Amino acid sequence: MSLMLGVDVGGTYTDLFLFDTATGEARVAKVASTRGREADGFLAGIATITKPAALSTIVHGTTVGTNALLEGKGAVAGLITTAGFRDVLAMRRRDRRQTWGLTGNFFPVIPRDRRIEVAERTLADGSILQAVDPEEIAAAARALLAQGATALCIVFLHSYANPANEQAALAASRAVWPNEHVTISSDILPEIREFERTSTAALNAVLQPVVGPYLNRLDTALRQEGFGGGFLIVQSNGGVMDAATAARLPIRTALSGPAAGVIAAAYIAVTAGYPDVITGDVGGTSFDVSLIKSGAPATSAQSTLDFGLVVRTPMIEITTIGAGGGSIARVDAAGLLQVGPQSAGSIPGPACYGAGGEFPTVTDANVVLGRIDASRPIGNRPALDTEAAAHAIETHVARPLDLGLMQAAEAILRVANAHMAGALRLVSIERGHDPKLFAFMPFGGGGGLHAGALVRDVGLACALVPRYPGVTSALGCVIADMRHDRVRTLARPLLDLDPTTLRTEMDAAIALLAPLLDQSGLTFADVRVEHALDMHYQGQTHTVSVTLDLGADGSGAFDHATIQAAFVATYAGAYGRVLPHVPVRVMNLRSTIIGARPRIDLASLAPAAGTTIEAARRADRRVWFGGWTDSAIYDRLALPVGAVIHGPAVLEQPDATTLVEPGQHARVDRFGNLILEATR
Amino acid sequence: MIDLDPVTLAVLKGRLEQIADEMDATLFRRAFNPTIAEAHDACHGIYHADTGATLIQGKSGLPIFVGVMAHAVRAVIEKFTADRAPADGDVFIFNDPYLGGTHLSDMRLIRPVFSAGRLFCWLASVGHWNDLGGAVPGNYNPAATDYFQEAVLIPPVRLYRAGVLEQDIVDIILAASRLPDTAFGDLNAHLSALDLGVARMLDLVAETGGDMLAAAMQRLTDISARQIRAEIAGLPDGTWHEEDFLDNDGRTDTPLRIACAVTIEGETLSFDFTGSAGACAGPVNISRATTEASVYVALKHLFPEIAANSGVMVPIRIHIPEGCLLDAKRPAPTGGYTETILRVIDVIFSAFARIRPDAATGNAYGTINALSLTGRRANGSQWVMFSFFGGGHGGNPEGDGLSHGNPPIATAIIPPVEIMEQAYPIRFTQWALRDGSGGDGAQRGGLGAIYEIAVNGDAEAFVFAERARFSPRGVLGGGDGARNVIAFEQEDGWQTPALGSKAVGVKLASGQRVRIETPGGGGRGLPADRAPDDLKRDAALGLTP
Repeated sequence: MSLMLGVDVGGTYTDLFLFDTATGEARVAKVASTRGREADGFLAGIATITKPAALSTIVHGTTVGTNALLEGKGAVAGLITTAGFRDVLAMRRRDRRQTWGLTGNFFPVIPRDRRIEVAERTLADGSILQAVDPEEIAAAARALLAQGATALCIVFLHSYANPANEQAALAASRAVWPNEHVTISSDILPEIREFERTSTAALNAVLQPVVGPYLNRLDTALRQEGFGGGFLIVQSNGGVMDAATAARLPIRTALSGPAAGVIAAAYIAVTAGYPDVITGDVGGTSFDVSLIKSGAPATSAQSTLDFGLVVRTPMIEITTIGAGGGSIARVDAAGLLQVGPQSAGSIPGPACYGAGGEFPTVTDANVVLGRIDASRPIGNRPALDTEAAAHAIETHVARPLDLGLMQAAEAILRVANAHMAGALRLVSIERGHDPKLFAFMPFGGGGGLHAGALVRDVGLACALVPRYPGVTSALGCVIADMRHDRVRTLARPLLDLDPTTLRTEMDAAIALLAPLLDQSGLTFADVRVEHALDMHYQGQTHTVSVTLDLGADGSGAFDHATIQAAFVATYAGAYGRVLPHVPVRVMNLRSTIIGARPRIDLASLAPAAGTTIEAARRADRRVWFGGWTDSAIYDRLALPVGAVIHGPAVLEQPDATTLVEPGQHARVDRFGNLILEATR
Repeated sequence: MIDLDPVTLAVLKGRLEQIADEMDATLFRRAFNPTIAEAHDACHGIYHADTGATLIQGKSGLPIFVGVMAHAVRAVIEKFTADRAPADGDVFIFNDPYLGGTHLSDMRLIRPVFSAGRLFCWLASVGHWNDLGGAVPGNYNPAATDYFQEAVLIPPVRLYRAGVLEQDIVDIILAASRLPDTAFGDLNAHLSALDLGVARMLDLVAETGGDMLAAAMQRLTDISARQIRAEIAGLPDGTWHEEDFLDNDGRTDTPLRIACAVTIEGETLSFDFTGSAGACAGPVNISRATTEASVYVALKHLFPEIAANSGVMVPIRIHIPEGCLLDAKRPAPTGGYTETILRVIDVIFSAFARIRPDAATGNAYGTINALSLTGRRANGSQWVMFSFFGGGHGGNPEGDGLSHGNPPIATAIIPPVEIMEQAYPIRFTQWALRDGSGGDGAQRGGLGAIYEIAVNGDAEAFVFAERARFSPRGVLGGGDGARNVIAFEQEDGWQTPALGSKAVGVKLASGQRVRIETPGGGGRGLPADRAPDDLKRDAALGLTP
């Protein structure tokens, strides 16, 4: 029982990564996702490489929750809230959908008739102005039930400062609520800012009846097939949680799959000796970019899934633009070539899929230019229709721009690459990082097709193409540690914050988090505790996150002076100028517990000894690089360690394609990664 | 002739826009005052070397600045000529609203970019500073009768001379502010944004060649001009008269007319503001540059697809009669410029609803609703809460107007109740949508909001708003949005200000409340044409009376 399986279910493909911790053997698989019946694709995918009964652990990255929110298919939920404030969810932060053009409405996930006000009030300092009346709560809950609500959330003003009223309401509503789907905001997010907290709690509530049953169905099906191990879910913060926690806190799965990809990328990059990388996941509809500095992925406290759909939980920071293989190329009214953000999606997909897609996409351009082998596409797909791709490009791009077919296909890639390069600059240059110091790690099935161009356009050091780029998220599922976060708003001047009180808050947070590790049934190589404070100068609104150096178990000593010094160091690092005489405030305490899972030795993924470049070579193919060029084609996975392949060449593998342009070369490192860089 | 294919042009357009966006992001992150840091009341762009015309505009900047920045750059070009001509490494700074538009709170930093010894283009960075002196902290003085009572005016001067800082100028500016530390932080944030913009521009010039880049920027302007010409040509010829009113100028309770005749003649679109009220004593005057910028903002909302550059204004003619309130001359006060530009935009929206009925959109709520509350804490220190409050957007071809949106001239968001209650001795007793405030129509106007705030300890209230006397208009037979209702709780009950929407120094005893019921948006189309399901939903949700 040494087999661990990572399963990432995306919109187009379900990716699997199977790892035997005893032998170090890895296997990957990629099958088409079954939208709406994700469990079927999940089980079918497993069947291609193993039997559930053989597995010790399954770790799942999922977009079921995100898709439900984006498609408005959440459950019927109800909200009980403070008198005078039932419209917080509808009023947002007084924004609008787009800067220009005054159109675009907003429909909250819990409509007004299912948002009930009750008499209660907690003040900013945590004192209770008015306590809750349990009878009134029970009546409100019954009214919501009568309206068909299947989940309930309770959000009171200032509950981050004192959850007593929410807790009393929870107790009162549990007495009448028929299922386990009752949550209070101080449990999900005890942090100041009522809209963000209400939105997060409400989105969690509408997902509970969706994600819980989905995971249950999967779990039941797996158990029926003889699976007896642990079933874990990847969170947006890049850590894993057990399925029961995921069912209770489904909002934490918002960026589950993409976060897993970044975790894997960080691990691969550090192992390969590149602690500073920018990752780029080229999927069907989007290009997801994140930055890893010194081996640590950048994180953010909040994300917006769509206008008004705000989720505030710690997550791996992922910047998404609408540029992927399925992005549609068109000539706009101004006569400019545009690529994306409209996408052909997976249905009908690019024109070359022959499934009715009429418009040319990035994938069609890659097919026409010979960069993708139409006879051998990734992901067990039937052969691609080059004629259909050419026709679409001819009709919608070449003729309107008066270009030849090949020039038009090149133009599509140039514009798509320019968009992707813009996203890479956005997360690096725009945040003060010099791209020359970063490697680019492409993943997703199409990342390797664009890596060479992006390295050149952005001025990055090189590209690091992982051994299995098409299943990176699934690999991340296997690698990710268990991680749980807790935030608590303190909102007071540092000098008013008694270190003893702060220590009590820290210990209380860990006391809540530690059982989550225990109940998972996993064994951990190591358990770490981290505490950080969100701090700023009095009068500022933005905070900086100040990590306190308290030792691996978080129990180290501190006082005002050490906290002040840590703040000054962090602030100076972020902004340069410090203000010695301005008082410092502590806004939030953020506590994290990390259960480290056993490390995978990536060297075990490396090519077997005895392989040769010659044996890996396939028949040459014509590829267009400003003209038809005879290019070497290789079976990438069969290339030996140390092999150097000069462009023009195409390196193929079942889950991805890597292009080596003329003037660049690729080298296979000892883990089987490709290092792609300019040939001097 | 530079060979500029459409693909290269598309790539360069993206690169140039990214430079402006990066400048925006740099200022937002480094600024000290929350009006820039949180509300993004700032803007950056790239401007023509000789004319100052807008070439490229950032996407995240404040819409109204998009229109006025070219005027600010032109003011510098016109002032610094001959032996005072700009040199590499110069940075100019000013806040003169009569030259650069908007109001004295907006500091403008303008920097030339030189390449191969020649002036290649200009970069500009503008942002709303918190305090530059004047009679009222925060510079929002509804009772001002000239600019001296609003803030200190800095004319266009050199802040850097060929790369060397003029510390004297910094000293003068910081001495003018009640918040010199914040002002110093903001100044450095602007300079960082400009540094970054210059470095990025020079990189791009080195990469693509200056001639190619200049040609690309000119082509983008030409394309915008061509697009808007095509849009205008598709509209019927004729003249449409519209008018609307400001409640008053904050001094005398007399409505102020904003009149506009919109004329379409082939590919030319004219706006004639003849008939608008004369300059007024209070601070709702706007300068010519601001009026032109208002037209630009309205056009960008009406034609959002067209790239933001001076090409949009090529086929546009604007006539502003001398001496009217849309042609503010020094020292007329301009602090409340937001209210006037919102009304100009409303009038243009109303005219276009008749010109182009298929795209008709009801008026948005039409005021920024600036409220300040001030008092003393138990320890004697003064507190000042200052915020803008939202309202409804108009019914539009896509559906009902957005409830509780931000004004069309800004993209600022509102601070959370919990943050405000943490920061000030106040307690919100209501924060809700205002039922029935959206104008009726096939597409209903969005709802305004009700904000009710109790003070803890004695306090004073200042409010600068509009639309207490005149409703946001519906279009195509749609109903008007509800008017603004402002009330203060006094010993003898709730009182509304004599000027309707403006009040200065209203005394509140501890526990007394201020209540603002903000306007909804105008409706679109006949109420009788509203879909039965929408009517049912509105009634079920209590959104209509």
